[in-house]
Amino acid sequence: MVPVSYYLVLSGILFSCGVVGFLIKRNIITIFMSIELMLNGVNLSFVAFAAHWGHLSGQVFVFFVMVVAAAEAAVGLAIIIAVYRTRETLNVDQVNLLKL
Amino acid sequence: MTPSLHLWLIPALPLIGASINAFFGRRFSRQAVAAIALVFCGGAFAWVLFVCARFSSLALPHSEFFAHWIRSVDFLVNFEFYLDQLTLVMLLVVTGVGFLIHIYSVGYMWEEGGFYRFFSYLNLFMFFMLTLVLAGNYLQMFIGWEGVGLASYLLIGFWFTKDSAASAGKKAFIVNRIGDFGFLIALFLMIKHFGSLNFAQLFSAIGRLPTESVGFGLLTSIGLLLMVGAAGKSAQIPLYVWLPDAMEGPTPVSALIHAATMVTAGVYMVARSHVIFDHAPNALTVVAIVGTLTAIFAATIGIAQTDIKKVLAYSTVSQLGYMFMACGVAAYSAGIFHLMTHAFFKGLLFLAAGSVIHAVGGEQDMRKMGGLKQYIPWTFLTMSVATFAIAGFWPLAGFFSKDEILWQAYSSPHGWAFWLIGVITAFITSFYMFRLWFMTFFGDYRRRTSDAHAQSAHGHGDHGHGDPHESPMVMLVPLVILAVLSFCGGWVATGGWFEHFLSPVFEGGKPESVLQGPVDVPNHSTEYLLMAISLGAAALGLYLAYVLYYKRRDLPQKIADTLGGFYETVVHKYYVDEIYAVLFVKPLVDGSTRILWRGVDQGVIDAAINDAADGANHVSDAARHMQSGNLRSYAGWIAAGGAVVIAYMIWMGVR
Repeated sequence: MVPVSYYLVLSGILFSCGVVGFLIKRNIITIFMSIELMLNGVNLSFVAFAAHWGHLSGQVFVFFVMVVAAAEAAVGLAIIIAVYRTRETLNVDQVNLLKL
Repeated sequence: MTPSLHLWLIPALPLIGASINAFFGRRFSRQAVAAIALVFCGGAFAWVLFVCARFSSLALPHSEFFAHWIRSVDFLVNFEFYLDQLTLVMLLVVTGVGFLIHIYSVGYMWEEGGFYRFFSYLNLFMFFMLTLVLAGNYLQMFIGWEGVGLASYLLIGFWFTKDSAASAGKKAFIVNRIGDFGFLIALFLMIKHFGSLNFAQLFSAIGRLPTESVGFGLLTSIGLLLMVGAAGKSAQIPLYVWLPDAMEGPTPVSALIHAATMVTAGVYMVARSHVIFDHAPNALTVVAIVGTLTAIFAATIGIAQTDIKKVLAYSTVSQLGYMFMACGVAAYSAGIFHLMTHAFFKGLLFLAAGSVIHAVGGEQDMRKMGGLKQYIPWTFLTMSVATFAIAGFWPLAGFFSKDEILWQAYSSPHGWAFWLIGVITAFITSFYMFRLWFMTFFGDYRRRTSDAHAQSAHGHGDHGHGDPHESPMVMLVPLVILAVLSFCGGWVATGGWFEHFLSPVFEGGKPESVLQGPVDVPNHSTEYLLMAISLGAAALGLYLAYVLYYKRRDLPQKIADTLGGFYETVVHKYYVDEIYAVLFVKPLVDGSTRILWRGVDQGVIDAAINDAADGANHVSDAARHMQSGNLRSYAGWIAAGGAVVIAYMIWMGVR
């Protein structure tokens, strides 16, 4: 049985990778993937605790997060395509006018 | 229980006329506007005549309740109408003279713009004046009092595009406001000490109080404050300055408001409050002194004026002074009698002056008139009646009333001083009135240009350059009626009939000491002697004016040159306006500008609001820069915020 702390450390590492990628990357697609990484880092800690305490609620939460992430991916990718069509760039530093 | 006379109709009719003309008059033809104004004003006059016919069968004072107004615990004010002999006299004067002036105005204002506006204001004035006269309590009287001030303001400033007319209106309103302030304080004192403003209750309560012969008590204060109000409305020293300026209004307005009716409201108010003044002899003495001083002061200014309406304006101020002198020696009926005759002859003088101005095409300077006798015979005739009446020649109206006042003044204690000044004033009055008469109607027409003879063949066409022309019938008929009244109006006093008629009003509520009357009544020979002296004064005035302004035209200029500085002072009306400007107007304007406007308004109120807005602006400006639109900087803020929250939770310990 792997101790729960291992899972939590891995979860922290995944989340931190997401945060750092979100902060330093300029490409929107990469930023988008960093967000997914953060979500999944949190998901990992949810299921780890669910297994540890024998509760189902953590796993149910993970399903919610995955549904929201799927919806967000659909909307987010649509926005990215729209931005690319108008600006012809995916660099966020050049998309700073808050309007089209 | 006497039957209701529906007294409310008397003020209500002109109000209806005013409303119709104000709201719909613009679309009506001139004929319709004039008809509406005349019908409703004439209706009020007819109703007064009806009341007059029923008068002898009434139990006086007759009072009619109309509606509740203010009910606060035990303080009650109603809309109520109060009718006694004094009210009846005032009603007849106001509606009668008012109706005649309405008729005259139709002719006078026919060519002017804003015809419907003029008649709406005129009817509105009638409404407020009748409210004032018919009021059954002081508060209702105050409504009328303020209302006539409003109507006066509107009518003085009738030609509001002319700057001098607009500022004359404002001046009249502001000066009146000072007087109204005194009136209001008097009302507050009455409410505080007597708990009522109703005439009947108030006067019976005051009647039970002892006379304040010495010191400065409650009744003296109320009396003096009422006098401040009366001085504002009736143009007495020191608040008379607005009346001469009020001549900027159309001439019928000067006749109606600033000669015949509104300015006599102060005299009416003092007479109505005679119970208060009877119990406060000191206040009454002040009334007499103010009246006497105003009479002679204004009369001297009248000598040197060259504007025909200004002469009449100062004459009005002077005659009002006479009325206050009469009230001040407790001869209220003489004051009211002079009020009535003055309404006739001064109304006529103004209307005739209007007819003269009309004839010479809007010129008001007497130096440019002269010789008008042959051009405008009817105006000349009626104006002569009025001039002889105001100068006090027997048997015209002015003789009886002025003589009555002088006689009453003489027979009051220390009255010889009032009498003497009164006689001197009568002489000056006679002089300046005949000066006006000679300058206007005799000699040669001085405005005629060299080519006027050629134009005179065409006659009436060209205003101002052609020969002067007589006014239309609609203006002459009121002149003639008023001339008849100025001629015969004084005869009601024969045998003391008028005084006897008013005596129930003024005898009621008098304290014992006054009822006993003067101990040594001067006998009849003294009375005839005084009469002869005042007639002599009037004749002397006529003679002097004849010499100076008919026989020896060069003399006035020489006299003026000899007198030099004094003459200049009189021409400039003793510099009273200038003194007021330095003493009151300039400090007020400067103080308002520097302290209230720049200091308080701009410095405190505006500054507080502007500084708050500026502060918000600065804070927002700082916050604005956080929202750069740069996605990664947002992310940085979110991460930093999350880090702070986590650090806080670790530091405080998680629960």
